Parts: sequence; structure tokens; C-alpha cells
Amino acid sequence: MNNSLLLGDEAIAQAALDAGLSGVYAYPGTPSTEITEYIQASPTAKQRGVHSRWSTNEKTAMEAALGMAFAGKRAMVCMKHVGVNVAADAFMNAAVTGVVGGLVFVAADDPSMHSSQNEQDSRYYGQFALIPIFEPSNQQEAYDMVFDAFDLSEALGTPVMLRITTRLAHSRAGVTRRAERKENDLRFSTNPSQFVLLPANARKQYNALLAKQTLFQEASAKATSNKYTPGADRSKGFLAAGIAYNYLMEHFPNGCPHPVLKIGQYPLPIEAVKTLAADCDELVVLEEGYPLIEEALTGLLDSRWVIRGRIDGLLPRTGELNPDHVGVALGFPAVTEVEVPEQVRMRPPSLCTGCGHRDVFEALQVVYKEKADECRIFGDIGCYTLGYLPPFRAMHACVDMGASITMAKGAADAGLKYPVAVIGDSTFTHSGMTSLLDAINDRSCITVIISDNETTGMTGGQQSAGTGKLEAICQGLGVEPDHLHVLVPLKKNFDQMVDLLRREMAYDGVSVIIPRRECIQTLSRKKRS
Amino acid sequence: MKTDIILAGVGGQGILTIAAVIGEAAVRRQLFLKQAEVHGMSQRGGDVQSNLRLSDKPIFSDLISRGKADLVIALEPMEALRYAGWLKPGGFVVTSVTPFINIPDYPEEAVLMQTLKALPNAHLLDVDAVAKELGSSRVSNMVMLGAASPYLGIDDAALEEGIIHLFGRKGAAIVDMNLKALAAGKALVNHT
Repeated sequence: MNNSLLLGDEAIAQAALDAGLSGVYAYPGTPSTEITEYIQASPTAKQRGVHSRWSTNEKTAMEAALGMAFAGKRAMVCMKHVGVNVAADAFMNAAVTGVVGGLVFVAADDPSMHSSQNEQDSRYYGQFALIPIFEPSNQQEAYDMVFDAFDLSEALGTPVMLRITTRLAHSRAGVTRRAERKENDLRFSTNPSQFVLLPANARKQYNALLAKQTLFQEASAKATSNKYTPGADRSKGFLAAGIAYNYLMEHFPNGCPHPVLKIGQYPLPIEAVKTLAADCDELVVLEEGYPLIEEALTGLLDSRWVIRGRIDGLLPRTGELNPDHVGVALGFPAVTEVEVPEQVRMRPPSLCTGCGHRDVFEALQVVYKEKADECRIFGDIGCYTLGYLPPFRAMHACVDMGASITMAKGAADAGLKYPVAVIGDSTFTHSGMTSLLDAINDRSCITVIISDNETTGMTGGQQSAGTGKLEAICQGLGVEPDHLHVLVPLKKNFDQMVDLLRREMAYDGVSVIIPRRECIQTLSRKKRS
Repeated sequence: MKTDIILAGVGGQGILTIAAVIGEAAVRRQLFLKQAEVHGMSQRGGDVQSNLRLSDKPIFSDLISRGKADLVIALEPMEALRYAGWLKPGGFVVTSVTPFINIPDYPEEAVLMQTLKALPNAHLLDVDAVAKELGSSRVSNMVMLGAASPYLGIDDAALEEGIIHLFGRKGAAIVDMNLKALAAGKALVNHT
């Protein structure tokens, strides 16, 4: 069949469509966004009526996907690694209920934090939930694994995780497609207690999940992505998971002389690990993210074996791997750091020229300077986090989606006089509404700026769940009409914005200011089309 | 045949379009290709780069090793210098000379140019001027691709097919403009 050039994300999306997907559920987040965008743009998906509208956050996405799998159809849910934290309640319990239709949970990790606040490893979540995990090494394998993942999910009645990292998500390669499979018909569980997690039912379901572990182990033993290749040089053996396998093989175009166990599916194939261990005294683990396999080996094998990897410092403990790190681990001479001439300066990202967030920070900066000792600004996740950088320098915290409002509230409780929260419209509906309700119920003395660009800007301008509804949401939550303001963040309104900020920061209660102007990126795209 | 290319520039300049055309051309010649690109936060006016690897044999790593790149294609001179150190001995730099100044401490232009000129195999080209002469400043990136084309290991016809495929739905005039830009870029390098 035809060979198309696809990003890892796109290969996953195309595979899901070809494997009979009925709905994708997601909140935008780098590096996972392009999976859902690909399905949204697909004529086949449109014609089949495959659900692909953005969800308000990762938890609602996970629950909706579970609902679709409850009804017997194939669903995919996609998110970045930190989104898994938001979805975790639904995710952990979906492992206990199990599924009827196939459910593939895509977690896109971001080692090196190219566009994230941490580099947590989602495989721990998969292990924690006791479900199988697939980890592709390239775009073609990602495509093929989606088929296997859906089949395994349905055969064993369990959600499965597909774990990728930035490098695979955002790298393009040729992918060969398979024939399209029909979507499932509506079908429900014959067990009336399966999805009702009352303690008595949940205990049964949990035991059922534990009983499936042997089957998961058997699936890993049979998986073609878990491949043992013997080698003549047994001075050491390699376990290489996901894309780390490529960095190993890159150094051996004619085949690796050492025994290699390639890992593409978890739970770890224990027998294959033991076969490798029987051949070698020293094992080197190459894995992207945290040292999950390396830690597991210390439990599987006794102290006769030397286990090397990220824990013992053979490879860096943080950041994504690359061919150079792995070369050093293989004993090749280290390539010296590339010398960048002194003239080359850092070019950090910055808010676009003409962006409304700029006007917000310019005004905020003025008021902050007036009250610096008694004022702190709590930021949130989005383009406006760049308000931390010069020339604004107007941000003191940025932790997780929605934390701006609740951290400002906590600081107000502690006695900070002028806490200001800055949050975007999409982040507000994702996780800020409940925060605002807490502040209102406590009559916290905080000023909340919902900087509304009517899109999810940072990830490329996806539809924002609250567009056109923000005032109604704030009023519904209990913001007093006199302390709810909307204005247009433009140079000509600078004085108005500064005055408003001064006035509302002095108010002893919750104020909400909504500077509203469309993202200039989405605006210019509309004009061009 | 194997060509490892680093594409560099500033977010929004169009390096991914260059990569996309090369990608389409490579598929047409049944070459293996891996192209790692940057999305997300770094795109907001920050420096961006893409690792593009072409080969007639399967490719493992998405990333190019240090000191192994055959070619650096840059749409911005300071960004060319940032990655020049990734080249293998004898590797080439093809860069635009037009600075993109969005930082307060951008180096002095004359000194920057001197350093670039001192590199062993560098083409410093005013692709913007060529694009403007053709009548569209938006095709600078295709002028750049044309200038880099002798080093890619892919024939011109495949690149032209790539352009036709990529810009086809935007109409014949746009396709034509981009094809002209490609040819003009190639002529530019042949004359320097």
C-alpha cells in the first residue's frame, strides 16, 4: 500500500482511523496535539462521523473515551505527560472497570522539557494502573502497534497505554498503511456490576485485573516488538526500549555485536530478560525517561549482575537521550561538546509582536512596581507564561493548569495583600473554574486576570471551550457584577487597564478582569484563508 | 547515499516548508527519510531547528550525531553559526545573510559575517533580495532550498515535484513562483 510521510503523531492517528476508531478525545498539549488535529482534518473521519472535538481537559477526555469503550466502540484518548496527572482518577479506575470496546490511552512524554514543566515518565502510570504499555521505536512501529493495542485491549478487556516521547511524536518518516477495519457496533458488557465501582464490585474487578497480569505477561512474551537478538560479544548485553533502540543501532549499521533485547511492550518480558541475563554479566539499559527498566532489573536479578544505565551515571539522569550519549555508553570516544562561537546569543521564545497578552503584562508591570513588596503575580500554563521573561518580569509562580487562581488564594489566606492571578481562557475552563469557586466561597482578596485570546494559543490555536461564555461562567460561580470587567487590551486602553487594576486590587474580595482580543496568530491565519 | 542536514532559523521563517519539500522529493525517489522538528513553546520567536536525514538504507536515529552533519541550511545568519559546529569536516553551510533581530544583544553584523565567511565551506546568500526580485518575499525559503540543492543528493526534478505536490492546492501562480524561486536559488550558488 502507499507509503506516506507522517509525523509519529500522525502515524498514530492514521492507524487509529484504519483500525476502526469511533472517537478521539483530547485536550491540546505538546507533543500530543497533532494526533487529534490529524483526525479533525481527515476527510475519512468526517465521512464516518468519528468524534474528534476537543475536550475541556484530560479528565473529561478520559471519561468520555471510557464511555465510548463502555458502549463497545473503539476510542483513543491522547494527552501530554502532565495531562495524565489530570486524567489520573479516571485512568486508574478505568483499569479496574476494564473495557468492552478497545481503549488506547496515548501518553506523550517530553523528556528534556522542550515545552513542559517537568519530564515525568508515563510508563510509571501504566505500571501503577497494572495495564499493558506499548512503546514504539519508530513511526511505522507506532502505526502497527495501534492495531495491536486495540486488539489486545478488546481481547483482554483492558485499557492499554501507548507511550511515546517528543522525538517520535514530532519526527516524520515513511509509513505503510494497512487495510481499513470496520468500526465496532454498539455492544455492552454482560456483567451488570463491571462498571459500578461500589466497594463490593470494585474488589471483584480488582481481582479480575490482577488475574489478567499473567495474560499481559504472555502478550509481552509473544509481542514482535519485544525482540531478542543474540550477539557474539557477550562482555555486555543491552536492553533498549522505544526510540532508545535507534540510538544503539545507529552506531552499528551492520548489526550490534552484543546481545540486544529490544523492548516495545510491557510488562517486561521476564523470560527474555532472563535469557539476556544468562548470556551476559553486565547489562546496559537504554530507555527514554526515568530508569523504570533499570530499577525493575535490580528486583529481577541478583547482585551477580552489573546493571548500568541512568541510575549509575553511565547515561545522564535527566533529558532525552541522543546518539552521542549512547555512543559514550558503548565505549566509543566522546564527541567533544560543539563549540558555539561567543557571538551566538540565546534566542528564547517571546510573545508575538501585537499579542494582547503583551498589553496585559505592560499594564500589570506598572501596577506591580507600585506595590512590589505586597504584590505577587501567579501565572499559569500558556503563552502568557512568557510574562516571566524580560522585558516584563511580571510573574512569580507557574506550576500547573489552574494553579494561578488557587495559589493566589492560598497566598491571600497567608496574608499577602495583593495576589494577582494571570490565566488564559482555555486554561481557565480546563482547571481554573473550581479554583475560582473556592476563592469566591472564601471571599479571598484576589484579582484574577483571565487573558482571553479566544483560543488555545500555545499549542497552535485550537478551539477554546469557554469562548463566548466566560462572563456567564464567572457570574454563575458568584463573581459580583461590579467586580467583573471586560476590556480590549490595546495600547489606547493602557491607562484604563492600569486604573482598573489599581482599583480592583484594592477591593477586599474576588475581582475578575477579562482582557479580550483574538490571538494574532489565529487572526492572521483566518485572514490568509 | 546518505545526507544528514540541519535546518535552522527562527520560529515562523519557514524551515519546516523546506523540510517538507525535501521530504516529498525523498519519498518520490524511494529514499528513507527521518525528519525531527520542533513544535510548541519554542516556536514563539525562538530559535528552531530540524534534523533531516536522507539515505538509500534504513535510518535508525531521528537525531544527527555531533560532528556528523553534511549540510547546515539556515534562514538566519546567527542561527547558521549556532549549528556550524555540528558539521563533519568538509560539510557545507548555506545561509541567508539577513539577520532576524528580536533580541536585545544580537551580535554586531559585520563581525558575524566575518566569522561566517571564515568558515571553510560557506555560501552566504541574500535570498531575500532574490525573492523580492521575483516578486514575493515569501519564497525566500525556496530560494534557499534551490541554493542548497547541489548538496542534497536529490535531483532537481524530484524537488520540483515536491513543490508541485505541496503548493498544488494553492493554485498554479503560487506553484510557479516557488519553482522560479528554486531555480533562482540554484543559479545563485552556481555563480558564487
